[in-house]
Amino acid sequence: MSLLATGFAQSVLDPAGPQAAHIDRLWWLLFWMATVVFVLVLAALVAALAVRRPSEATVSLNPGEAGERRRFRTVAVATGVTVVLLFGLLVASVATGREIASLGAPRALTLEVVGHQWWWEVHYLDPDSSGSFVTANEIHVPVGRPVLVRTLARDVIHSLWIPNLHGKRDLIPGHSSVIWIEADRPGLYRGQCAEFCGYQHAHMALDVYADPPDRFAAWVAAQRQSAPAPSGALLERGAAVFQTSACPLCHTIQGTGANGQNAPDLTHVASRRTLAAGALPNTREALAGWIEDPGRAKPGVHMPPTSLDPGDREALLAYLGTLK
Amino acid sequence: MRKRDAGVSARWGGRVPPPWEGAVGSGGRLGGGRLAPVLLIALTTLLLTACERERRDLNTPPAADSHRPPVRVGTLQPGARQASDSAKGPFDENAYGISEGQRLFDWYNCTGCHAHGGGGIGPALMDDQWIYGSDSANLYDTIAKGRPNGMPSFAGKIQPKEIWELEAFVRSLAGLTPKTANPARADHLSTTPKPTSVSSGEPPKSQPAEHPG
Repeated sequence: MSLLATGFAQSVLDPAGPQAAHIDRLWWLLFWMATVVFVLVLAALVAALAVRRPSEATVSLNPGEAGERRRFRTVAVATGVTVVLLFGLLVASVATGREIASLGAPRALTLEVVGHQWWWEVHYLDPDSSGSFVTANEIHVPVGRPVLVRTLARDVIHSLWIPNLHGKRDLIPGHSSVIWIEADRPGLYRGQCAEFCGYQHAHMALDVYADPPDRFAAWVAAQRQSAPAPSGALLERGAAVFQTSACPLCHTIQGTGANGQNAPDLTHVASRRTLAAGALPNTREALAGWIEDPGRAKPGVHMPPTSLDPGDREALLAYLGTLK
Repeated sequence: MRKRDAGVSARWGGRVPPPWEGAVGSGGRLGGGRLAPVLLIALTTLLLTACERERRDLNTPPAADSHRPPVRVGTLQPGARQASDSAKGPFDENAYGISEGQRLFDWYNCTGCHAHGGGGIGPALMDDQWIYGSDSANLYDTIAKGRPNGMPSFAGKIQPKEIWELEAFVRSLAGLTPKTANPARADHLSTTPKPTSVSSGEPPKSQPAEHPG
């Protein structure tokens, strides 16, 4: 798994967009304020311990008028300071929330992210419906352009969390909500389900690529294409294996008869970095093992095992490898 | 499996405070020693049932088609009568299997013809008078081999395990699975008030034998 973790970060403290930057500022404000308060409290405690205790004879249960007033003043000032600090944090938190929610733009890109056990379905919505397409476990966004992300869940509650771009947003079945994200600089950012959703909650990751506008446009153009027709005996056999096995009951390959809606769209599966929502690298060996027995990599996963004879398996792997 | 069940019971038994001790210790005021064995048996039964109900085999390899013929659709036979295969399916008493069957019922578009048990293009499944029999093996055959006039055949497309899960769920729609196994919550139509209110092991309201057609 370590090779999946190299080369990019998943960090709240490395903001790559305006929303994450607001959250980052609030985070540091809270951190420093809590640190100062902690140090002051400890200092007061140490001071109280260090002060020499008066001898038994001089202890009086009645501190007198002056002592009473001094103590009252100390407690009142401390309470006042606490209230002011907490109120300041409340104002900062509300202001951050306002900033995060207001990144409207007329030219925004619109995405729909649907949480499933245990993968992400991503719809790129276009006003012209022929420009819409579907992908899975991977989001590409253009740098510097606001993106409206509409969130949904199909089965149980999930939570979309891309720490470098935004805070957490719960995905609740039957209830759509909306967040804005924007990436300031190109990069690969990791997203993760942040609400326990069953056996494979930990293996429910999402790659977010922030691309320069021209590269993003090229990616979109590629994703809008249907799958290429198989050429040659091996690929044709692979396509036939796919169509006659259980695969089309759940998976879609655009341009073929396979139109299942229960599992990731495979039209461009070979172009993705990972398999099974970040659980496996997208290599031929990993794909072969995944098809043979998905439960080995992700116990409890809904995809059933499929045993194929070696010839069929090679043909299927070759065919899936052409779906770029 | 046996071994794991025993371990679980032992662990649970260790955590639950033994309720009979209080009764015995208080000088028989609450029924004395007679209560102890009854409670012990009740507790053990509860634990064993619960274990089986919640068993989940997540890493089952693709199993061979394990159901045994003869599966009879009708009752007319030449010569002496021989019983049909009336053994229960492997998930008929398993809550996880039934709930997985409920998910697959949507995934494989059973709802397209049978709606959520109410019927439409295909027959309703909420009653227990089924054209091709209501035993587990009959249902397995119906799903695996298909039936004339519309029911598609799923053998070779979906795993035998999935067919058994679907079979358990469809039987639960008609109240043919024990109420201890039915999931507490079902979103589907049912003639029975609630899956959990069907009494355990209740026989079909009409024997399929009397309605072969």
